Amino acid sequence: MTTTTAEQATAPVPPRPDGAKKKRRRVDLRQYGILAALAVIILLFQVLTGGRLLYPGNVSNLIQQNAYVLILAIGMVIVIIAGHIDLSVGSVVATVGAVAALSMNSWGLPWGAAVALSLLVGALIGAWQGFWVAFVGIPAFIVTLAGMLVFRGVALVLLTGGTISGLPRSFNAIGSGTLPSTGTPDLITLGIGALASLALVVQQLKGRADLRRLNLPRERTASFVLKIALAVVAIMYLCYLLAYNRGTPIILIILATLVLLYSFMLSRTVFGRHVYAMGGNLYAAMMSGVKTKWVNFFIFVNMGFLAGLAGVVSTARAGSAVASAGQSFELDAIAAVFIGGAAVQGGVGTVIGAVIGGLVMGVLNQGLSILSVDAAWQQVIKGLVLLLAVAFDVYSKRRTGR
Amino acid sequence: MSEPILEMSGIVKEFNGIRALDGVSVSVQRGEVHAICGENGAGKSTLMKVLSGVYPHGSFDGTITLDGDPVAYGSINDSERDGVVIIHQELALSPYLSIAENIFLGNEVQRGGVIDWNRTNVRAAELLARVGLQENAATKVLELGVGKQQLVEIAKALSKEVKILILDEPTAALNDDDSAHLLGLIEQLRTQGITSIIISHKLKEIRAIADTVTVIRDGRTIESFPVEDSDEIETRIIRDMVGRPLDHQFPPREPSIGEEKFRVEDWTVHHPIDVDRIVVDRASFHVRAGEIVGFAGLMGAGRTELAMSIFGRSYGSGISGRVFKDGREIQTRTVGQAIRNGIAYVTEDRKRYGLNLIGSITVNVSAAALGKLARLGIIDRHREYAVAEEYRRQMNIKTPSVSSVVGNLSGGNQQKVVLSKWIYSGPDVLILDEPTRGIDVGAKYEIYGIINEMAAQGKAVIVISSELPELIGLSDRIYTIAEGKLTGELDRAHASQEDLMRRMTASRIQGAQPS
Repeated sequence: MTTTTAEQATAPVPPRPDGAKKKRRRVDLRQYGILAALAVIILLFQVLTGGRLLYPGNVSNLIQQNAYVLILAIGMVIVIIAGHIDLSVGSVVATVGAVAALSMNSWGLPWGAAVALSLLVGALIGAWQGFWVAFVGIPAFIVTLAGMLVFRGVALVLLTGGTISGLPRSFNAIGSGTLPSTGTPDLITLGIGALASLALVVQQLKGRADLRRLNLPRERTASFVLKIALAVVAIMYLCYLLAYNRGTPIILIILATLVLLYSFMLSRTVFGRHVYAMGGNLYAAMMSGVKTKWVNFFIFVNMGFLAGLAGVVSTARAGSAVASAGQSFELDAIAAVFIGGAAVQGGVGTVIGAVIGGLVMGVLNQGLSILSVDAAWQQVIKGLVLLLAVAFDVYSKRRTGR
Repeated sequence: MSEPILEMSGIVKEFNGIRALDGVSVSVQRGEVHAICGENGAGKSTLMKVLSGVYPHGSFDGTITLDGDPVAYGSINDSERDGVVIIHQELALSPYLSIAENIFLGNEVQRGGVIDWNRTNVRAAELLARVGLQENAATKVLELGVGKQQLVEIAKALSKEVKILILDEPTAALNDDDSAHLLGLIEQLRTQGITSIIISHKLKEIRAIADTVTVIRDGRTIESFPVEDSDEIETRIIRDMVGRPLDHQFPPREPSIGEEKFRVEDWTVHHPIDVDRIVVDRASFHVRAGEIVGFAGLMGAGRTELAMSIFGRSYGSGISGRVFKDGREIQTRTVGQAIRNGIAYVTEDRKRYGLNLIGSITVNVSAAALGKLARLGIIDRHREYAVAEEYRRQMNIKTPSVSSVVGNLSGGNQQKVVLSKWIYSGPDVLILDEPTRGIDVGAKYEIYGIINEMAAQGKAVIVISSELPELIGLSDRIYTIAEGKLTGELDRAHASQEDLMRRMTASRIQGAQPS
């Protein structure tokens, strides 16, 4: 979306024959801004931890440990673009985790069926909340605050306060396992990295060729090449690190799929467009024939589904289900979305931004843990980072007169 | 009547280079009811905002003297301290607070920050008695109808030792009884020495209670004269209000009018909250293919309500009536249904209902017809861009690129984006509500051209406007609407501004009954 670049019309810019190109370039600068913040934080911790942050084992850990934030942030960014909020996802994670564990250990379901059931339960919970928000018209803040209490309670009831462990190993692999490996370095991981890089390059070149064919404005060649080069380096470096650990985490494949799928959905489909339109101006969306109630409903069904997935993943990672699982996950996800550049009043935000925001939170978590910073102080630091990120956003908007 | 209590002279107020007030002068005598009259957009409300300090001293030119002393108000608080109190058209009461709390809001009966509730309630009761409102002062304002809320506003003004009470269209939202009561109250306040300025275009009302009327047109004072209850006065006011010559330029057009395209029968709409109030009363009209039909009505007459209720019931409650297209009855119960049936409604309030201001031109243009650009729910972005680009050229939208954010465009260009969006939706019936509001003359001419082009393509075009020269210049036929009822139907050849204005101000109120 170009919605974050309203300022250009007034900002002094060097004269250029083609205004559109100028605008394109600015959009990218803004996206790089979030990325740059992530890079700075990674570098900072790399130095502070004496290089330990990017140890192969730690990187693998970082991904698996923080997968839940990324999954939830993807759902949450959609909720927030549409102008809502979801406070219940942490509790939903706990409930779904309990359902997954019970269905395998007490009801004897195979792990595949248990996962399917878990996702279904998540989606149903989302439908329940979506019903109240969309069709009854209760603010999402209230509905999901109620959901936060209700589903925490349901988790407690299901687990009767105890813990269910001893889950099947194939299930646990979802959270902590890797794809088969050929040893060290793992050639499969390197192969995946090479394929991903190739796909990226091909897709970017094709997109650019389309733009040229249709004579649409394009990014400058230098920045285009630089961007792709950096992305390829990042992908290959990540794969290199993973290849020297245990291989590709299964969760990374799930995450990559989600990011691609949801980015596409938000930017390319009618549904995604309706979400932005409702966040930008709900009345204008209604007056354009958008079925705002149904869009709201599906936004929450989807959030529930992803919360269910986060429940599966975090239960698998922990290897057990406890009623206290998912505590404050909603806050992590919301923070990730706002760090990633979404606007509090809705209408603005991207999946990529939310994921980068989630990675910022993840790197903070990981780095601070490696430095053995006290958990209490970790919270203080994460809170301040969120505040600064949003303050920066507000400041940059005000400066440009929006 | 000696020295005037209020003298405003040579007031000039500009917005972005457009003169809303161009040297207005008004002189109000002590203890009179002074009516200020003019078409929508003539500058009445702006003038009152200048007077009450909403536009602070320094943001306009000209002088204001009160009781012979020049005044310079920096805010509404300053003017209220001098006893100049304005009651806006949109009432500014806090619905969840009680009547008493509202009356003393910002002016609490207190000692050291602690409110004295007993004295508050006693004084509120006194004030309520003075305005003739029989309600408990502890009643919450949301439980009151609009008429009673209006009285609370006046009580609030009285609590501030008001010298000059300004009422902006006070009866616009009131029923007959409430209007009569309010006008009676204004009479009564006059006997207590309170000067009132009322902005109104209900001529019957002005005849009934005003002592003097000042007519404003295009930001200038036309004349000021004493009012007596006669038809001549009404004629004179109308002439002054519309006296503008038909100097607008309209692109040439050869109307080619075909069969009846669109027909509405017995359309009745009730207010969405005050469900007993009828906002549109059994309206029936038709539009033929290639015809441009104007709807002339003053603000609050029910024209927007009529259009929005037809367009997917976007306004109102208890809607009844039938809609036909090409002779077949169609349903327009939801916006989606209306659009699928080939109806497009271009709103009068583009910022609220028309545009995603933080979105690009591209996403706004495609917003009402995404289905055309998508396959299996996936938008063809290249085609979308091409469509936006096409409309940018066709409509001459002045922008560096179609990726620009709509909020940064000028009013005229924003309007072209809204028009593009609806034209792209491929309507057979195009309803344009104040299509040239707040845009400059050049862009107006372009928009007239676009409207003509739509008619030439055989669409049925409805133009709602309060600018009479515009309606006469554009339309083949004009309906007038007043207080929810269609009060006339005129061919362009027979339509004069005076005649239209007379029908637009036709009123059910047969004069007020001062008590």
